[in-house]
Amino acid sequence: MASASDNVVLETIGLEKRFGGLVATSDFNFKLEAGARHALIGPNGAGKTTLINQLTGVLAPTAGKVLLLGEDITHLRPDQRVRRGLARTFQINQLFPQMTPLETITLAVTERLGHGGLWWRPAGTRAGIADEVAEIAGRFHLGDVLGERTINLPYGRQRLLEIAVAFAARPRVLLLDEPAAGVPESERHDILAAVAALPREVSVLLIEHDMDLVFSFADRITVMVNGAHFTDGTPEQVANDPRVKAVYLGEGDHG
Amino acid sequence: MADTNSSVVKGLAARHRWHPAEIAFWLAACASFFLLPGWHNFLNEVAILALFALSLDLILGYAGIVSLGHAAFLGFAAYTAGLFAKHVHPDPLIGLAVASLASTFVGFVTGFLVLRGNDLTRLMITIGVTLIFYEIANQMGDITGGADGLQGVEMAPLLGLFRFDMFGRTAHAYSLVTLFVMFLIARRIANSSFGMSLNAIRDNPLRAAAIGIPVNRRLIAVYTLAAAFAGVAGALQAQTAQFVGLDALSFEKSADVMLVLVIGGAGYLYGGIIGAIVFKILQDVLSSLTPQYWHFWIGLILVIIVLIGRDRISKGIAGALGVFRRKPAAAPSATAKAGG
Repeated sequence: MASASDNVVLETIGLEKRFGGLVATSDFNFKLEAGARHALIGPNGAGKTTLINQLTGVLAPTAGKVLLLGEDITHLRPDQRVRRGLARTFQINQLFPQMTPLETITLAVTERLGHGGLWWRPAGTRAGIADEVAEIAGRFHLGDVLGERTINLPYGRQRLLEIAVAFAARPRVLLLDEPAAGVPESERHDILAAVAALPREVSVLLIEHDMDLVFSFADRITVMVNGAHFTDGTPEQVANDPRVKAVYLGEGDHG
Repeated sequence: MADTNSSVVKGLAARHRWHPAEIAFWLAACASFFLLPGWHNFLNEVAILALFALSLDLILGYAGIVSLGHAAFLGFAAYTAGLFAKHVHPDPLIGLAVASLASTFVGFVTGFLVLRGNDLTRLMITIGVTLIFYEIANQMGDITGGADGLQGVEMAPLLGLFRFDMFGRTAHAYSLVTLFVMFLIARRIANSSFGMSLNAIRDNPLRAAAIGIPVNRRLIAVYTLAAAFAGVAGALQAQTAQFVGLDALSFEKSADVMLVLVIGGAGYLYGGIIGAIVFKILQDVLSSLTPQYWHFWIGLILVIIVLIGRDRISKGIAGALGVFRRKPAAAPSATAKAGG
């Protein structure tokens, strides 16, 4: 059978999702290799978000399997998948508006360490947590706004926090859903730099419309059309594939 | 980097440090016992209502679970405490523990019902559960006294030393100390990782799950915890009044405690206590001015609070009294900007 090779960290086998008569994901087979910088692209409505939701457990697939590090996680809840090493960011910020970045990152770190249920010890006072929170805050340029409420942060900082929170889960696989979406040009650079500086132990699947970002970041690209796997290859192969141009670039609304 | 590190450590420490205003608050509460001897019965009721509201704050303010049926736990524990004193053992502390355990159990079981759905379904479910309890207590008149209430509850002296007197001296001390102890527990829990994860669930359950928080398990845990707190309030009420009326399970009781929390503000633990003080004083003043119509005034005040926004009102008051509300845990550089 399609057993995962040692090098594959995330895999889907025959994944399928139907909403009534609509097939949103159709027989989708996909492999993410360890350390990969892999981009998933496709025209609007191709089913990228539906796919992400199945990978992360927000939606249950109609058929097929999702394997993480060779283990079948198809029936696990989202939080269980996170604890096994699959984290994500969201296309539209999903943060904790009333909490500070300090609290948010501390929480993500404590949950990863399995201390999240501790109800007596003051949060974040275990040895090592502060160091790690500071390291993550520094990595994502949040050190100077740690005490602000998230809702009061500039949008670009919120996008950075979005990635920082996912990163704090120390994932093996990180799904980045349009990390730079909606960020003003002046703040874009910080986000692209933070994404580029993610350590290689983290395998990244980037879902993106912005072709500049895709081609500067990815070493492999998968194209999705109408819920199905269309083609994949290196950025050069995909860029030069006339069929991709026809279905994707020809669509015209994204360059 | 070292700078970030120290601001992280400081920020985390600031989350659970005692604010001078908090210490002043509890000293004042303690002083009230000695300085207002004519008010023991009144302040006993305030303390019990405050504990009840603190319990609602744990689920509403921290975890974002709306409930208009919180009286289920208060009332269930009140009847348990009353019946326990009457038929099993008259010691107040044993009764308190038994009643609280009983309502904890009810909280755990009914907690599964509030997991699903939105605010509206939660409101309906909590109201429905409380109606069921109310009607059971009403129908089982042989045991509960039905509409006449549970009478003949007689308590042994507290710790074997302090009789419950008619001036409410012992009752007041008992309720106030219990409130303080329960508050300390709530404060400790609110500042823990568990407490922080509740805030995360309240703010964004989708993201909470996406950082690995088992949302449903945490919600059941806090609902059960809140039931334990409400149970302690219910036991205090039954023991200090030495009577349990059906109103302990009434819709009005659930609505009142929500009102208390709206007055005081949810999500910072003191809201329930401050709200209880304001609510009881309003009730006392208004009902002596217009005995029949005091609900008119409390209704008007509620509408004003909601329309104007409690934040704006309390900011005005807080500005005058010194800042009480907890600011977000602030890194030193951010404190200046956070300002008011």
